[in-house]
Formats: sequence, structure tokens, C-alpha cells
Amino acid sequence: MITLSQVCKRYPGGYEALKDISFSIEKGEMVFVTGHSGAGKSTLLNLIAAIEPPSSGSIIINGQNLSQLRPAAVPFLRRNFGLIFQDHKLLYDRNVFNNVMLPLEITGFDRNEAGKRARAALDKVGLLEREKAMPIALSGGEQQRLCIARAIVHRPSILLADEPTGNLDSAYASEIFEMFKSFNQVGVTVIIVTHDERLIERFGERTLHLQHGALTA
Amino acid sequence: MSRHWRTLMGTLGRFVSTPLATLVTISVMGIALSLPAGLYLLLSNLGQASSSLETQAQISLFLKPESGKNGQNQIEQKLKRHAEIKTFRFVGRDQALKELSASNGLGDLAAGLPNNPLPDAFIITARDNDADQLDKLRLEISQWPGVEAAELDSAWARRLNAMLDLGQQLTFMLAILLAFGLVAGMGNIIRLQILTRLDEIEVSKLIGATDRFIRLPFLYHGALQGLLGGLAGWGIITLGAQLLNLSVTRLSNLYGSNFQLEGLALADAAALLGFSAILGWVGAYIAVSHFLRHFQRSHH
Repeated sequence: MITLSQVCKRYPGGYEALKDISFSIEKGEMVFVTGHSGAGKSTLLNLIAAIEPPSSGSIIINGQNLSQLRPAAVPFLRRNFGLIFQDHKLLYDRNVFNNVMLPLEITGFDRNEAGKRARAALDKVGLLEREKAMPIALSGGEQQRLCIARAIVHRPSILLADEPTGNLDSAYASEIFEMFKSFNQVGVTVIIVTHDERLIERFGERTLHLQHGALTA
Repeated sequence: MSRHWRTLMGTLGRFVSTPLATLVTISVMGIALSLPAGLYLLLSNLGQASSSLETQAQISLFLKPESGKNGQNQIEQKLKRHAEIKTFRFVGRDQALKELSASNGLGDLAAGLPNNPLPDAFIITARDNDADQLDKLRLEISQWPGVEAAELDSAWARRLNAMLDLGQQLTFMLAILLAFGLVAGMGNIIRLQILTRLDEIEVSKLIGATDRFIRLPFLYHGALQGLLGGLAGWGIITLGAQLLNLSVTRLSNLYGSNFQLEGLALADAAALLGFSAILGWVGAYIAVSHFLRHFQRSHH
């Protein structure tokens, strides 16, 4: 489903964020990406989500080679992903419900059906009663759950989470990891960037270790 | 379709939530549009007033009072044979007085005359409309025996028309210049709008929004503001025409005419609104496309 071969990422100025990365992730897998800060974890996610292009090497998602993708096709590729950000990237000018509606508006969903789906997604993360609240009124954990609801509402096949529990205490963190596990159990491919070693050990899933931009066994 | 409806409502909501900025933009657009549109209105009114005047190649030939019926017949024969003359008609002095009485502003004058001072005349239409040719013809005819004078009727109407043409060209140039100005101004307004909605654009792009999707609300913003600016411009020139009409009516009454400034015809007003909406749309399109190009680059 996701295949990287010999991927390098250099930034202007010569800094090499990723060096010769090759791996495959099968459909329905759950994978952790870990490493010290600055190891290139977020860069790796950005390359997979076609937010940045690699300097060399090839990335194939669902049989599509990203370097051969026309710019106009990128939005449609992105709809395969559910993106979860460390800083949530919520929209503070609209309420919880309308934040979750955004991905469905983008894909041009029927408004009634979209409303049902948005409420189902909010229910899944336990925020249904707060649908009319503004994001600013939510706690850090609730904001992260709202971000997750927005990432799953359009039923993506791949979930990409960048430090999803970075700002949360450990009780909240394991709750959110359980949530990812449940998405994975219904067939969603899940890739989680984290440095929370305890949780990785607890879940015992496949883990990619990054060190100074290179994969270590 | 429902997306368009919601975008429209959302845009109007934005206008209402920033009333001062919206009002300023609309007035600036309205004033800028009212300049060329007002000039156009003035010129088309003048054009209408002068189009009732004959602008064909017409020469009035006045006979000497003593030439009598005989002289009149001789001249008629000569006119019939002349190759340069298309048509002519005889206007007797009694008929001329009647026409004069019926014409604008001179009725009272004609009624006050003790006896008819007008000569018999031929009204001649030439084949060639060229000014030099006409003047040559006029000179030739004026030297025929029994002819008092020959005058080119159309000379001053032609001059007026030439001036109106010039005015129209100036209006057109002014309109083009202001159109560029309005597109640039709208581009700037949309650029500011984009800056207030950067988060929304960034998130939308990350979760798979096409450029079309991102552009749409801004296009609505530009087009709607353009349309409202056009409405303001229409309002300004309609009000202006009303105010001017008070003095125009007084002036034209003094000349015994009932000339009045007409407001913009409905078709012209629709053209003004359409034009201003398109200008807003174009300004918005340029601004958003420019932004998206740079945004894409900075995200790659």
C-alpha cells in the first residue's frame, strides 16, 4: 500500500533530513515511527502525504508514484489520508461540528449524509455533546480528539498521526492509542509518529526507528 | 449547488460582520464607476438631443424674393439635371413659416411677426456626404441666377457629432483605465481576505481541497462586492441626473423645449452591474491564483 525506495530528502543549505529510506507498509498494518527529535520523523510523514516532495527515490501510494503525479491530482491523493497533527490545526472561527464537516465539504458530500457522518465521527471520539462548542473552549485532549474526528470522518484508508499525544498526559495518551488500535482493527492502515516508548512497547506493533535521518533495525 | 448557496450566504455574512470595510469598498467602487458611467449618460443624452437634427448632406437654397414663379421653375429644372443631387423638395414661404412656428422655442417669435419675412426655398440632399464636395456644390448653386444664398445645414451638427465622438472616446479610455484600477484594487482586497483565512486554506489543502474549492469563496467575494459597487455607481449617477434635472429643466424651458436628462436605460444599467461584477471576479481570480502559486511553492 505504501512503498518507499531509496528516498532521500535534502533541504536547501545541504541539511539531509532523510537518507536512503526504503520500506513497505501493507494494507491494514499499524506502524510506529520513532526516533529522537530531529531524526526526520515528521519529514517522513510529510513525504508520504505529498506535502513535500523527496529529493530522490520513489514513493508509491496505492500504486501511484508520487513523483509522477500532476499537481492537480495531489488533492485527490490526499483524500486517501486522515491527517492528525500535533498542533491539531483546528479552525477556531467555527464550532466543533463544522470543523468535522470540512473534509466532507471538500469532497462534495451530500449535506444531510455529511451531517450524519460528522456526528458519527464525533460520537466515536466522545465529543458528540460538544458539537456546538467552539474549539477554543475545549481542553487539550478534547482538541486532539476533535482533530482525530476530522481525520476519520471521510473514512480514509490511511491514518497518519504526527506526535498525536505529544501534549497529553499518559492517561489521555493511552486512550487515544486505543482509539487508533480500534481504527486499525476495522482495516485502516495506521502510521503513528511518536517518541513514547512505553506505549510502543505496550502495543507491540511494528516499529521503524529513525536515527539522524536513516532507518536502524 | 448547495455549496454555491452556502458560499453566497457565507460571503454576505462576512460583509455584514465587517460593515465599515464593506461600505468603504463599495463606495470607492461606486464612485470610480460613476465617473465613466455618468459621462456616458451625459453623452448619450446629448446624442439623443442632436440626433433629431438632420445630419444628412443637406443644403438649403434660398430664392431671391423677386425671382417669382418663373425663376423657381428654372432652378427646379437645373436641380433635376444636376448629377450631384439626389433629391430636393420645394418649401414655399408660407409652409416655411408654419414649420418655424411648430419648431422648438421659435413658436412665440413667429407668432409675433407682422408679415412673413421668409423666402421660398429648396431643401436639397446631395449624393455625396463628403464635406469638401458638399461645400463645392453649395458654392456652385449659390452663384445661380435668382439664388439669394445657399447654406450647408449639417455643418454644425457635424461639428457636434465629432465632439460627441471625441467625448465617447475619452469616456471609453477613462473606463478602461478605471477598470484596471478596480481590478487591482479588488485584487488587494482579496489578498487581505486571504491573509485572514490562511489557516482555513492551509488545513483545506492538507486534507485534499482542490484549488477550485479554495478559490470559490473569494470569487464570490470579489464578484459580489463588484456587483454592489456597480449598484452604488448606478445610484450615484441616477441621483446626480435627478439633481441636475432641476436646472436642466429650467434651462430647456427657457428655450421652449422639454428636453430632460434621462437616467440609465435598464439595459445599460444591467451592463454596468455585469461589468462591475466581472471586474471584481477577475481581480479576485488573479489574487487567489497568484497566492495559490506561491503557497504551493512554499509547501513543496
